[in-house]
Amino acid sequence: MNGPRRSRTARGGLRAGLLLLSALMALLLALPALSGALGLANPALAGEASSAASEVVGNASAATATPAPGAPKTTLADYPRIRGVNSRVLVWLVAQLHLWFAAFVLAVPIFVFIIEAIGMKTRDKRYDEMAYEFIKVSITAYSLTAILGGLLLFSLLVFYPQLTAYLTRVFKESMFYYALLFFIESAALYLYYYGWHWLQGPFAKWVHLTIGLVLNAAGTTLMFLANAWVTFMMSPAGVDSAGAYLGDPWAAIHNYLWNPINLHRFIANIAYGGSIVGAYAAFRFLTATRAEDKAHYDWMGYTANFIAIAALLPLPFAGYYLAAEIYAYSQQMGITLMGGIFAWLFIIQAVLIGTLFLSANYYLWCGMGRSEGAARYNRFIKYIVIVLVGAFLVWFTPHTLVLTNEELKALGGPYHTYLGPLGIMPAKNTAVNIMILFTALSFLIYRRANRVPTVSWAARGNAIQVALYGAGILNIFFLGIYHGYFTNTVYKVASSIPQVMTTLIVIAASLVIDAFIYRRAREIAPLRWGRIPDRAQYALFLLAIAFTWLMGLMGYIRSGIRQHWHVVGIMRDNSADAITPTLGFAANVVSAGTILFMALVIFVFWLSELGARKVQPAGYWQE
Amino acid sequence: MMGRLLSRIPALLRAALVVVGIYLAATAIFSGLLGQPIPASLMTMYMFFVIVGVFMAFTFTEEGARAMAAPIRALVENPALRPVRNIVFLLVPLAAGAFTYTKMLPSLEAPVELRTIHPAPPSTFKAYGKRYDLLTLENPFRKYEKEDPERFRALVAEGGKIYIRNCQFCHGDKLNGRGPFAPALNPVPLNFQDVGTIAQLQESYLFWRIATGGPGLPEEAAPWISSMPVWQNFLKEDEIWKVILFLYDYTGHRPRAWEK
Repeated sequence: MNGPRRSRTARGGLRAGLLLLSALMALLLALPALSGALGLANPALAGEASSAASEVVGNASAATATPAPGAPKTTLADYPRIRGVNSRVLVWLVAQLHLWFAAFVLAVPIFVFIIEAIGMKTRDKRYDEMAYEFIKVSITAYSLTAILGGLLLFSLLVFYPQLTAYLTRVFKESMFYYALLFFIESAALYLYYYGWHWLQGPFAKWVHLTIGLVLNAAGTTLMFLANAWVTFMMSPAGVDSAGAYLGDPWAAIHNYLWNPINLHRFIANIAYGGSIVGAYAAFRFLTATRAEDKAHYDWMGYTANFIAIAALLPLPFAGYYLAAEIYAYSQQMGITLMGGIFAWLFIIQAVLIGTLFLSANYYLWCGMGRSEGAARYNRFIKYIVIVLVGAFLVWFTPHTLVLTNEELKALGGPYHTYLGPLGIMPAKNTAVNIMILFTALSFLIYRRANRVPTVSWAARGNAIQVALYGAGILNIFFLGIYHGYFTNTVYKVASSIPQVMTTLIVIAASLVIDAFIYRRAREIAPLRWGRIPDRAQYALFLLAIAFTWLMGLMGYIRSGIRQHWHVVGIMRDNSADAITPTLGFAANVVSAGTILFMALVIFVFWLSELGARKVQPAGYWQE
Repeated sequence: MMGRLLSRIPALLRAALVVVGIYLAATAIFSGLLGQPIPASLMTMYMFFVIVGVFMAFTFTEEGARAMAAPIRALVENPALRPVRNIVFLLVPLAAGAFTYTKMLPSLEAPVELRTIHPAPPSTFKAYGKRYDLLTLENPFRKYEKEDPERFRALVAEGGKIYIRNCQFCHGDKLNGRGPFAPALNPVPLNFQDVGTIAQLQESYLFWRIATGGPGLPEEAAPWISSMPVWQNFLKEDEIWKVILFLYDYTGHRPRAWEK
């Protein structure tokens, strides 16, 4: 009796779910049409609006036409103060906390979607369970993201009302769709999470995966929209020189730095999400008492670290592209960024990025202990350490040194004859490409730890891989040294692209060759999940903390290069805080934010396991 | 033979020897051989990450980690090592205290400063009674490099003469920032031969810096202590552009440009 009824209920639920999903999809598909109707995406209408606005500005004296208002010219009185509250620091911290959580909750569904799809393809339930656990962590963080988003909005309204009003005037359409998309994202996320165990089975699983796709599409679009508001403040478009909105929403969104930020944030979010989930797995690993739990969280930590590394590898290139675009847009912003006052923060950034590479590699090497077969490769690790640390030292060597007077005299100037050339980008690009290549090499060695190849051409395949690496490294050095130091700046900047391509080609080709060499490989010693030292888990924590700190620091720099402008060249910041704080103060604020965020993350981790705890309150309830 | 000898040394001591060896080698090479010491601030950063690297190399296996920790464990747990432990427990805080004391001790040495070498240029600036847009400003003589090489050579030579008459006293006759006045200046004059100075900049940037000098530096990272004169008061606009041609020609650098 019970079975058919449950099955009918399930079918009914499925129908309801499908209906809701169809509605969501329809809404999503209807967005372009809706936006077209409102003139958001219709170039013709937008053009009309634009020319109309220009006309209005052009005929400002005409009695019938109202001139489009320019950006507000504020005075100190336009910035309300609340006793005991530093409005800039408050907005700074809240915005940063919102961004950290948002990056995490946007990234997790991306790789959950991929892991779920892998589980569907392989029919390995462990993937499905792990994907579910990933999304479980992010769902608690989701409400915190929304709360912090609300707090940010209210803080902006209270402390920066003129700026908020101006941005709202320019971005009214995208802000409206943002709210709508947020609704879709929330609906999809809750359906995705709560429907996980309900939507199981051949067809239902596809439905579930589709909800995941909708969730990711909505989340990523949300981020792109918010990015447009931020990049508009750096490289305004769609307004005239006085800041008057010309009526074309797409022009304002598609400003000069929008796509570079979109790309950079998309990749960085995945790396960041991976690192935070890795920290969660490490937390659970360290607190687990049963061997099977340790094994599960070890596997989860490994997967999370893999995701973080996979996204970390192309990240420096995306960052370089963004910095180059900032420079191309404004020499002033570009020099402030990397040659001027913020250059010293870039040294800290370099140290943190190096820390990411070192901790991710250390985790992989420690993980080789899962199999006895890895002992064969242990002797190679010290050479990888030498290369990684050597490249890391080049990576953070500053061009202008911090010198005592005595040192200044001994060197005969602020530059070091031999170390000075390591302070500019060609050396940095070379170093980071080498670090990436050797991180990939660590991964290749890890993959081989428990297996021996059975194909007859294994030795030749190996030789090809060694030759590929050798040729790649030579090419990277040639490009870095010759084009970096013996040609002009055009080639210097341009040579970074073939360097990147060399790195990517070597990694991809080596992985493909490796996959063929180790097809039907013989396992010589099994991988024992859970057999990993605790210190490897601390490497995962370090990864998450370094990522968080790095994002805070670079977020401040990105925002800080606007200096005394709310919107560069259009709307001046006339508040009491329209100064660039000292580097120490900025670093302290970012550090305080990092500690606050990590405390909240630990709270989220604790909450996510709270649901499984049960207590029998003896004598409390009536029997 | 050597390997067997090394393996007899306790892991912790081996790790310490590697770190000390790297430090001594770096000091010998840079201070002794090359005559360019590594500044203390940079050496501290280098050595910190060298120690991290050595720690990683020695501890990524269980056996390695155990071997590294063994002397420390023995020191803390072995009752026979009690006298050594007492000495170590006394020496470590004393060393930390001495280090802190020497670091905090006031000295006559001027504090180090984080100098901004490339101040961010404004988008426009005023010189010679008119306003220049730095985004569009170009060297009016650069075109002759291709169009009329003979004239270009003559302009470079003129720039050289102006440089020798006005600039070499600080920036040096080899453009390496070591002119006869340089030892008296702090910050020292810029070394144009360095790959990180004019090679990284556009000609318009150089024009702005030369024309407005130290007083024309932006508020960012103020107060400035540059002694660079305001050259618009002493040189004509054309003369500055010719000097810029000479700077790039003599050093072999190319001005930064976005397109060929």
